[in-house]
Formats: sequence, C-alpha cells, structure tokens
Amino acid sequence: MLANALRKALPDDTSITVVDRDDAHHYQPGYLFVPFGAYTPERVVRSRRAQLADGVRFLQQGVSRVDPQRHVVLLDGGDELAYDWLVIASGTTPQPAQTPGLLDDKVWRTSAFDFYTLDGAAALHDALANFEGGRLLVHITDMPIKCPVAPLEFAFLADDYFRKRRIRHKVDITYVTPLDGAFTKPVASAALGALLEDRSIRVAADFAISHVDPDTQTIVAYDGRALPFDLLVTVPLNMGAQFVIDSGLGDDLGFVPVDKHTLRSPAYERIFAIGDATNVPTSKAGAVAHFEIDHLVENLQAAMAGRPLPSKYDGHANCFVESGRGKALLLDFNYDTEPLTGLFPVPVVGPMKLLGESRLNHLGKLAFEKIYWNLLLPGRPLPVPTLMSMAGKVPAETKG
Amino acid sequence: MPTNTIDNRTFTVNAEGFFTNRDEWSEELAAILAELIGIDEMTEEHWAPLRFMREDSAKTGVTPTLRRMQAVGGFDVKHLFALYPGKPAKKMAYLAGLPKPVGCV
Repeated sequence: MLANALRKALPDDTSITVVDRDDAHHYQPGYLFVPFGAYTPERVVRSRRAQLADGVRFLQQGVSRVDPQRHVVLLDGGDELAYDWLVIASGTTPQPAQTPGLLDDKVWRTSAFDFYTLDGAAALHDALANFEGGRLLVHITDMPIKCPVAPLEFAFLADDYFRKRRIRHKVDITYVTPLDGAFTKPVASAALGALLEDRSIRVAADFAISHVDPDTQTIVAYDGRALPFDLLVTVPLNMGAQFVIDSGLGDDLGFVPVDKHTLRSPAYERIFAIGDATNVPTSKAGAVAHFEIDHLVENLQAAMAGRPLPSKYDGHANCFVESGRGKALLLDFNYDTEPLTGLFPVPVVGPMKLLGESRLNHLGKLAFEKIYWNLLLPGRPLPVPTLMSMAGKVPAETKG
Repeated sequence: MPTNTIDNRTFTVNAEGFFTNRDEWSEELAAILAELIGIDEMTEEHWAPLRFMREDSAKTGVTPTLRRMQAVGGFDVKHLFALYPGKPAKKMAYLAGLPKPVGCV
C-alpha cells in the first residue's frame, strides 16, 4: 500500500523495492471469520506481487538484519541490499513460546489455539466444530496486540456460533484480559458494558499470565489465580520481527521506536517505520497503517529534499467491532481523544453509527474486504480523512 | 475536567481519579493516595517501580505493562503483586500519576 503510494508520489528515477519473505498477502481481518467457517482460508490470501504497482520491484527474500550504519539490508541468502531510505513495515508476530507451557503437545493445537495466524485460525475451525461444551477461555497475553478488539469480537461471535448450534447453554465463555476490564475507557465501558452481560460472557480482569499448566489444563496468573479450560483461544504475546530485534532497532518487544507524529526513527534519520512495526501509542490496526501513509509519504519526500518534516500523524484509528447476531459497532479515536459517539463518515448524516450497535456497521465490516483489495492496496483515494475530524461527533462527557 | 484537592494542592483527574497531568504529581501526594487505596506505608520497594514507570513513560508516551516492568525495569512481577495486591498495574499507574494501561475501547 505504501509502495504504491510512494510510486505515485516520487519521481520515476527513484527506485522502490519491496522485500518480503513470501508472495502471500493475507487479508488479516478475515482471520476472525475463519474459525467460524464464514470464510475459507483460501479466501484471505492473494499474491503480494499482484498488488504492487508497475515500477515497484518485488524481491522475495527473507531479511536477516539491517545495518543502519552502512545503510544496507542483509538478506537471508547472504546478499546485501543498499538503501538511501528504509521504511520498516514488518508488523507483529504472535510468539506463543513467550508463555511457558503453551507450546506443550498436551495443549498447543490440541486444546489451545490462536487465531492470529491463518493456520491457527484454520485449526481452530476444526476444534470449534468438534467442541460439544465446556469451558472456553478467550485470552489476551499482554498488550499491545494487533487489532485489540479482535478477541472481544471472537467472544461475541463464539456466543453467536454456539447459539446457532443450540449448545450455548453447555458452553461457559470467559474473556480473560490483563487490563482492568473488557472495556477500559469510561465512555466505551458505559456504552458497551452491557453487551457482555447480555451474552452471558464472563470477564476475568487483571489477569497477568505466568504460565500454562498442561497437566491440569489451566492458565495460571502471577497472583495465583488458575483458570481451567476445555478450549483456550489465546492471543500470544505480540512482538516485532526477528530481524528488527537482531538489528538492535527494536524496543523490548521488537517494535521500532519512531517519533509518533513523523514516523521517523530518532536514532537513524534514514529509517522510517509504519503500521504495527512501530511503537507509536495507538492501536496496532490496519486503519492506522492506512492513515499513516499520507503522512509518511509527505515526510519522506521532505526528508529526501532535506526539508524539515511537515506532516504530523495524530494517532487516528477506527475499526468495526463485530458484536455477533449480525451486528457491529464502529469506533473512531486518536492519541488524545477517546472513542466518540456520532455518525461516520459524514457528520450528522452518517450513515454509520459510532460506538453503537447496528446492522449497517456489520455490513460495513463485510464490505471492507472488497474496499481493502480494490481501493486501499492499489492506493486509490478513499473518502475518509487521515486526520481525525470532530465534526458531528459527540465528545465523551466530562464530569466536574 | 474534575479536580481533586489534597493537602491544599489541587490537581486535575479523570473520571476514575487518575492524574491527567503528570506534572501535577508529587511523591507527597502519591503517599497520601497510597493510604486511600489501602497501602499503609510506601517503602523504598514501593517507590522503585513507580519511579521506573515515570521515567519510562516520559520516553515512550505510554504507561509500561507489567511485562515491560520485568523485561526492562528488572522488577519481578510476582513481587509487584505482593507490593500492590490484586491490581498492581492499575494501582501503580494511579500512584505514579500516569494513565492506567488501556486497550482501544
């Protein structure tokens, strides 16, 4: 998406190379629907090369390290690739090995599954189909995670799924979070708190996982709490790419520290980062990467021309939240503003309801798949501003 | 914005009572707030993680997670649970004058 935008913005004699270890571009929002059989695994994968504009070179190679002093990328095969400017867009990777006991054969892909990988989501599909009742834990290891609402959506969709199979009464669903609740912001908590109760989904909050006990099939927290499960759906610790860590470019989780407004590395002026790969304090979500692109393109152009970086990203993010039963919510927020109520994308007219449940939002979420492949990736304009507008939105009430 | 006044010092807080301006925080205020949430005496062991959190968040812009407290700060998570029983992440953020760790909703 960024490469396509840069190709349009930069002169023809600037060469742009995309390096990736495979040619499989995944529509990751689709992972959520795979376990429930609504999407097939094949549906979410397409060629990377095919998404790139003419004039963008695609190099299918793994990256082993970046040497920021010498301005080269070291490839897995041993070759070196020199750069004038480097944009790191290597996302996040779930790391189940970071939770002791989780990869034990008695647990992993037997009674414990993730859905943040396509093979995990596909394996979970079979596990759900064979599940006839018991304790289901939907668990987040630690923040930050990619698409932070996905586990909540999973819990809502699981409720729906078991209801349709007429075994909901035999399934005990608990949402397990390291945060102090399923909804951590007061305005969302007030607007949405009842959704979990309505669906008889329990919440175990402040759960800082220490390990998984494969023998008792429980997850154990540092404070001694142990929650038994028949099926554990976990979001493993999310970390940045290994080459980022090995290059010394990452923080403790392997995310690239960048200025949160300009997206440039404070340590290396020829390195920028975008999307989930950065440490910026907003959601790790596709919408963020999308909104960041315009700013990064402008800043990179300025950097190339030796000018001060003009463009300031404000942390704008939005997302649809599937709440099951054919409905969804829409959230819109940035670094400084909590999720707002109101209508989107056109003030007052809508048609989408912010922070409210509606059938139209659900259809919006489904329609997004086509928008993603046909408008977003090729870099066609989308009628949504990258900086957040307060028009027509109702700020959360502040007391006092 | 609501405010809270302790010891004749007024500071702005959010709906849950967390400081909204980290510069209005002081150790004296934190010691008084600690009593209010059931921590009778703030020992050096209690202060060390709070100081780390303030330094770390000044650099990153976010309140560190418990995992980061362990990985970067060198604090033992179990020990943090002993110092701040029940909800250490939330209690420590509250006392350090920082936002509590949040998700996007």
